[in-house]
This record gives sequence, structure tokens and C-alpha cells, in this order.
Amino acid sequence: MVHALDLLNIAVAHQESGSGFEAPSIFEFYPQVVLFAGTPFELDRIMLIRLLVTSLLVFVFWLWARKFKSSAEQGKLVPSRFQLMGEISVDFVRKSIAHDQLGQKDGDRFLPLLATIFFITLGMNVTGIIPSLNIAGTSRIGLPIVMALAAYVTFIYAGVKAHGAGFFKASLFPAGVPAAFYILVTPIELLSTFILRPVTLALRLTMNMIAGHLLLVLCFSATQFFFFNATGIMKAFGAGTFLFGFVFTLFEILVAFLQAYVFTLLTTVYIQLALSDEH
Amino acid sequence: MDVTTIAAGVSGSLGVIGYGLAAIGPGVGVGLVVSKTIESIARQPELAAKLQVTMWLGIAFTEALALIGLATPFIFGV
Repeated sequence: MVHALDLLNIAVAHQESGSGFEAPSIFEFYPQVVLFAGTPFELDRIMLIRLLVTSLLVFVFWLWARKFKSSAEQGKLVPSRFQLMGEISVDFVRKSIAHDQLGQKDGDRFLPLLATIFFITLGMNVTGIIPSLNIAGTSRIGLPIVMALAAYVTFIYAGVKAHGAGFFKASLFPAGVPAAFYILVTPIELLSTFILRPVTLALRLTMNMIAGHLLLVLCFSATQFFFFNATGIMKAFGAGTFLFGFVFTLFEILVAFLQAYVFTLLTTVYIQLALSDEH
Repeated sequence: MDVTTIAAGVSGSLGVIGYGLAAIGPGVGVGLVVSKTIESIARQPELAAKLQVTMWLGIAFTEALALIGLATPFIFGV
């Protein structure tokens, strides 16, 4: 906490010295509280974005579900454009993630969780580059932790359901290792399977979003500084930083999608490892 | 000039140097993963889809190290 305050002081000192350049800091991710200040339900910009994205997702999926159902009942063969969009999105998770890794039966069994994780992550990531929202809902670690815990509980549940206590035995004491090596192998397996898996899931997502946001802020605040505070030839640098900012924005779209994909894919692989017959 | 006098002249956050060091390994690692995938796809283009999924997995595991490096200052102080 002390270190955090030091950082803030440095940032404030910079602004007071009137150089005009505001370097982004970690406090970007702790914006001003807007509603319910002082209660455990404090809402700031990130929380409001999360609520907005959640309600949008629920609304869109409700529309899609209604559309799927009505066209199935009417026996309509040609989907509308809106319905097709939904089918492509859900089928992407179903076919190229769930069915590919888990097979038809188990893939459909875990599809609700996988699809939820994928679309929440995608929706929350994308807000990082939407103008006027400008910060990813996943850029503070709470939400990724919740999703990592969901994945964690699910793969342990899948393993225990399939193999009972044999799941823990097989993951902690892998077969084909000489007995004496278990002194070394078991702690490593314990650490990597039951601790590092959820931790890296959550950290990977959050840190990608934090790094992406900081890069964008750096590019655009530098642009602003060069255009409005710099003099003479220095102004020209602004065009360069603006171009960088634009390119990084495109890159962030890719990262937003990729992180959602990777998070879902890793969850699927963990479930698949827990279900596999080696256990 | 010996090392200590040079080091005394350095100011700023050591964490920046630390993160630079932490990024070397994953950088090389991600490079290896991608280069091997490209090689394999060149040999067997029909396996491209499968190899790409494995590549993303490999990248995700390797990249996690660099991101843990990015997270450490926030956890253990600057």
C-alpha cells in the first residue's frame, strides 16, 4: 500500500510540475467511485461497464434463444441474418473448441460453461477498445478470478465424477514414474495442477488487458502531449504516436478475441485432461 | 570505472530491469513455439488447424511467465 501511495505521489508531482504529460499508472484501473460510495457495493466505471456488458449479453442471448426456438418450432430452414450470427457464434465454441477437444458427448455436456466463459470474456475484453467505454471489464482481477474458479471447480468436478478419488491419485502420482521420484514429482504436480492452473488463468487474462490498456493510454496521452504541449518540430512526433495508438487498437481487438479463445481453450483442455483415461 | 560506481549512477525502478529480464525467456519461448508450428505446417499443410490450436496453447503457457513477471511488482511492492 505504501508503495502504491509513493507511485501516486510521483504521478501527482509530475502533473503539478506542469510538464503536461500524464503517464498512465496502475491507478487507471481504480477510477472514481460513481455510485454507492462507502458501501461494499461501490460502483465505479469498470463495474458499470461490467454491468452493461452483462445485461447486453443476457439480452442478446435471450433474443437469440427465442429466435432459435421459434424457427425450430415453425420448421423454418433458412435462418435470418440475426439468427445466423447467433448460430455462427455459438457453433464456434461448440464445434471448434468443445467438440474438437472433448468429443461430441462431453463437449455438449460442458458447452454451457464454456460458452458462458467465452462470451463473457470476449464481451468484457472488447470494451477496452470501444470509444467512450475505453477500459476492459476484465482489467481488474475480480472477474477473471471468478471465471478461473468456475473453470477450476469444473475440471475437478469432471475428474472426480469420471474417476472418483482416482483423479487425485492419477494427477498427483502420474503413472510410469519410478516410486522414488514421487518425492520430486508430486509437489510439482500439486503446484502446477491445483494452484498454478487457476492462478495463471486469471493472471493471463488480467495482465493482457492491463498491459493493452496501458499501451493505448501511453500512445494517446503522448499524442495529446505532442500536439498541444510540445513546440516546433516536436509536434510532428504526435502523428507517429497517434499511428502507433491506432495500430495498437487493432492489435487489442485481436488480443481481446484471442484471450477469450485461449481462456476457453485452456478450460476445455483442463477438463479433457481430467476426463481422459490415463486417470 | 567499476561496476558499483556505474550502478550508483542508475536511478529509477529496478522493477523495470527485472521485467525486461523476465520477458527474455518467454520471448524466446513463444518464438520457438511459433517457428516450429510454421515448420510443421509447411511440411503438412492439412494439419494446419490442429497445429494452430496446439500453438495457441503453447503460447498461452509460455506467455504466462512474462505476465507473472508483470504482476509481481503489484503483489510484492515496487
